[in-house]
Amino acid sequence: MSAPYRIAGKGRLTPARAVRFTFDGKHYAGLEGDTLASALLANGVHLVGRSFKYHRPRGFLSAGAEEPNALVGVHRDAARKTPNVRATVQELYDGLEAVSQNRWPSLALDVGAINDLASPLFSAGFYYKTFMWPKAAWKRFYEPNIRAAAGLGVAPDQADPDHYAARYAHCDVLIVGGGVAGLTAALAAAETGARIMLVDEQAEPAGALRYESGTRIDGQDGWDWAQAAVQTLRGMDNVHLLTRTTAFGYYTQNMVALSERVTEHLAEPQQDLPRERLWQVRAKRVILATGAIERHMVFANNDRPGIMLASAGRSYLNHHGVAVGRRVGIYTANDSAYHAAVDLKQAGVDVPAIVDLRDNPQGPGVDAARALGIPIHAGRAVVGVAGRQRVTAMNVQAKGGGAVNPIPVDALLTSAGWTPSVHLFSQSRGKVAYDDAGKRFLPGVGAQDCVSIGACNGTDDLDDLLSEAIKAGREAAKAAGIATGRAGPKLKATSSESWSGGMIGAGPGADADSKGKAFVDFQNDVTAKDIRQAVREGMQSIEHVKRFTTNGMATDQGKTSNLHGLAIAAEMLGKAVPAVGLTTFRAPYTPVTFGALANYSRGDQFDPTRRTAIHPWAEAKGAVFEDVGQWKRARYFPRAGEDMFAAVNRECRTVREAAGLFDASTLGKIEVVGPDAASFMELLYTNPWQKLEPGRCRYGIMLREDGFIYDDGVVGRLAPDRSHVTTTTGGAARVLNHMEDYLQTEFPHLKVYLTSVSEQWAVIAVQGPKSREIIAPLVEGIDLSDAAMPHMSVREGKICGVPTRLFRMSFTGERGFEVNVPADYGQAVWEALWAEAEKHGACAYGTEAMHVLRAEKGYIIVGQDTDGTATASDVGLDWAVGKKKADFVGKRGMARPDLVAAGRKQLVGLRSPDGKTVLEEGAHLVADPNQKVPMTMIGHVTSSYWSENCGHPIALAMVVDGHNRMGEKLFVPMPNGTIEVEVTGTVFFDETGERLHG
Amino acid sequence: MLLIRCPYCEEDRPELEFRHAGEAHLVRPSNMDAMSDAEFERFLFIRQNPKGVVFERWRHVHGCARFFNAARDTITDKFVTTYKAGEPKPTLEGAEE
Repeated sequence: MSAPYRIAGKGRLTPARAVRFTFDGKHYAGLEGDTLASALLANGVHLVGRSFKYHRPRGFLSAGAEEPNALVGVHRDAARKTPNVRATVQELYDGLEAVSQNRWPSLALDVGAINDLASPLFSAGFYYKTFMWPKAAWKRFYEPNIRAAAGLGVAPDQADPDHYAARYAHCDVLIVGGGVAGLTAALAAAETGARIMLVDEQAEPAGALRYESGTRIDGQDGWDWAQAAVQTLRGMDNVHLLTRTTAFGYYTQNMVALSERVTEHLAEPQQDLPRERLWQVRAKRVILATGAIERHMVFANNDRPGIMLASAGRSYLNHHGVAVGRRVGIYTANDSAYHAAVDLKQAGVDVPAIVDLRDNPQGPGVDAARALGIPIHAGRAVVGVAGRQRVTAMNVQAKGGGAVNPIPVDALLTSAGWTPSVHLFSQSRGKVAYDDAGKRFLPGVGAQDCVSIGACNGTDDLDDLLSEAIKAGREAAKAAGIATGRAGPKLKATSSESWSGGMIGAGPGADADSKGKAFVDFQNDVTAKDIRQAVREGMQSIEHVKRFTTNGMATDQGKTSNLHGLAIAAEMLGKAVPAVGLTTFRAPYTPVTFGALANYSRGDQFDPTRRTAIHPWAEAKGAVFEDVGQWKRARYFPRAGEDMFAAVNRECRTVREAAGLFDASTLGKIEVVGPDAASFMELLYTNPWQKLEPGRCRYGIMLREDGFIYDDGVVGRLAPDRSHVTTTTGGAARVLNHMEDYLQTEFPHLKVYLTSVSEQWAVIAVQGPKSREIIAPLVEGIDLSDAAMPHMSVREGKICGVPTRLFRMSFTGERGFEVNVPADYGQAVWEALWAEAEKHGACAYGTEAMHVLRAEKGYIIVGQDTDGTATASDVGLDWAVGKKKADFVGKRGMARPDLVAAGRKQLVGLRSPDGKTVLEEGAHLVADPNQKVPMTMIGHVTSSYWSENCGHPIALAMVVDGHNRMGEKLFVPMPNGTIEVEVTGTVFFDETGERLHG
Repeated sequence: MLLIRCPYCEEDRPELEFRHAGEAHLVRPSNMDAMSDAEFERFLFIRQNPKGVVFERWRHVHGCARFFNAARDTITDKFVTTYKAGEPKPTLEGAEE
């Protein structure tokens, strides 16, 4: 299989190294070192995609990362189908399978191309105008159909089987871009011994030296010099050279994010290699050497396959040895395109004409072209082309009008000049400044420790560029604190390349009254006409023009289109370009995969999983777990044949009839220690603490300064200067933060230490009438009698021979204990307790039974029954507020007018008169079930369960003025009927609380 | 990602180690009970939120766990200075009193 457009003897690839690949199922041959684009071009394939909106046939525009058209799917296997890969960037590997996108039934015959004819429907802002009526049709008809017809590739339908890596790195000098400027700066900086990172998106750094033929540095051809420089840098210990790596984001304080493509170019990637690697680099100094991107000329039908950037045509010729056509026309307003003509002509390709918009082009490129006998049509324009799926002729006309002269071509290279890549500089919050002579935006006032050099700084002359790069490299190293020593490298260079000239905006034939589509933004199908229309419809700001037309949006982020769009808008507005301004450059510079961004944070590593010491026992017993924050908690322990309902009912019954064991280890625990511990607790909780005797416990409520409940928990005073504070499971971290905040900043005079001990203590709740009998045989040194250890007391002693903090307390309303033991002994003590528990017919119960049991007693759960806008009074906890205390956090807040006003939502119980309907948590309550929608909602259900112990459903609810509604009938409107409920007190079981004491 | 200098650790550490904690130099009044509703509202809710230099509290929560104060420019995002809790508010150009 010979590739018809590969020119023998041209380019740097090795003819013997053949690589096979397919495109849309057809087999082709390429060479090692090809991109997918160069290999297809070598085979004469230009048509590779259909455009976003009009489904117009599209080919390659560029040879690099700026490519807006040639987006393809690359498939490795069923799970590895990557959409929207730029064919100009994808390196070829043996067996590569590529498919075209956004076409049906085939690339050559695409039904969606009807959009091209119906294009008046799809002009700028069409989303906002065309599909407005009837309103309901948007959701059901317009949107699904637009989404199906528009768009790019198809997302893979299987989980990504690859893994991705991430690294942090620090360096003295980070250099972005490995062209002549970046390599030179790297050599100069590296010589000083500074730690250098050099990043380039290509496999082989070279920048413009990849396609330039007229540059010689240090007596070598430009490309050879670049490869030698790369070798030199690779050999230095203080240099980290990353290839196939894109610096895509410039964040604060010289944090630059890089995306490294590790295996995308390999035929058979090793399984242990990450597919991509995300780097987050903190550099003392950054040197931006990101080059410039060539612009296309804007004329009618300038998107036909075969029409490309001049530098791309040169790249394919000089690097890959591929001619983009046999008869290649040139249309330019810039000198550099002449070098493309010269290179092609010298390689034996017919160049029938160079059309130059300028009246009198001059310079070495022009002279060389003229010397080769290439006809130069100065002061003329290409106003249109012939050919649909491939350009067949360019239509040339004098600028002022007149006869149109078609010149047959099979490819057309265009250049409107060069746009410096100020993306990263702008992302760094540097301000760009307009260079009127060069018609370009250049780096202006910087905001960070970075410097721009070379083409991205508008430095076109090679000698100037080299001295700028050497200076930048040395100064960056010096600024990073490295002694620079000797004079630095000296490079001798000559260049016949010329970059001057250029134009922005629409050319002749694309002016306001022209008919054809002259594309500004290829990827989003935005034409010069669309931009003019946006201005006519009132868009004044370039940001509005961008959003209305979508110019510069999509994955290429307007790399080739922004300046053209801006110039056309400026002309329409009658303003100067800088007065209209530039849209903001945002990260990422090129698309970054979600895989790279997520890297290790997926699956089990997405979020830490916290397990208690007793978790393995619960797992072995077949517990069903639920997620509570990061914790896994046993929800219930089903026995053979039991569903959740049966298991929870049994657990609830057993606890009240005998006893139950519950793993409460996830409770937050904070030790408050110091001579002022009690004073501190006085200030942080509503309750009085000074008089609480050591050995006693108290249920405490914590407020924020605004007077709302923040957390609650039982606090045991172990000693005058030591309290063991418990918090809700979810509140542990924020409660400690809240305490630390006040201790460090408002009450720094208090001598107190706060220590999180949540994970140091495993907590086993033993609850139920038999609880004392269960723990008694294992406890040493603590008198468990009611007289010696009443409800709400705490003792220190031993259980199973290990230290314990034994709390007598209850979240079930039964006699109960909470056994705290060092976490390492948690499971052993649990197992010993379990052996005792079984003798008494006790069970293990989970969080679901715990919820039901506490609701039977009306005990609230902060965060379930409260929502951050409930006061202690609202939830019936007035008794826990020390009204005589001089101060505590939230005291003044509690007295705010709205917090003491009538008509607040208050916590009540609800009963279903039918004795069987369990309400839905979150359901709303109304007083009048016959009111028209929207009904007046007076409250909502916060907790609701079937209570096996009561024999009927129970619920808690927050209801407006609830405390005054006892016995009232309220209603819960649900989709399948209205449920009547009766307002009750919040205690459903053992109202007098006798069971707590025995 | 910002680098923040912890005045206690005396090191520049990445933003990930810190948590923002609201406006600085708000003193919890000792006579709150005597405050009118309007005065208490001013203390509890009303914040300056100026464009430019703001004084705010940060906590080196994944480091030394200390709260400290910082002056930061909301336009550039840059930290002008950081200082220990309890130290007086520095006089800075562009900062409102």
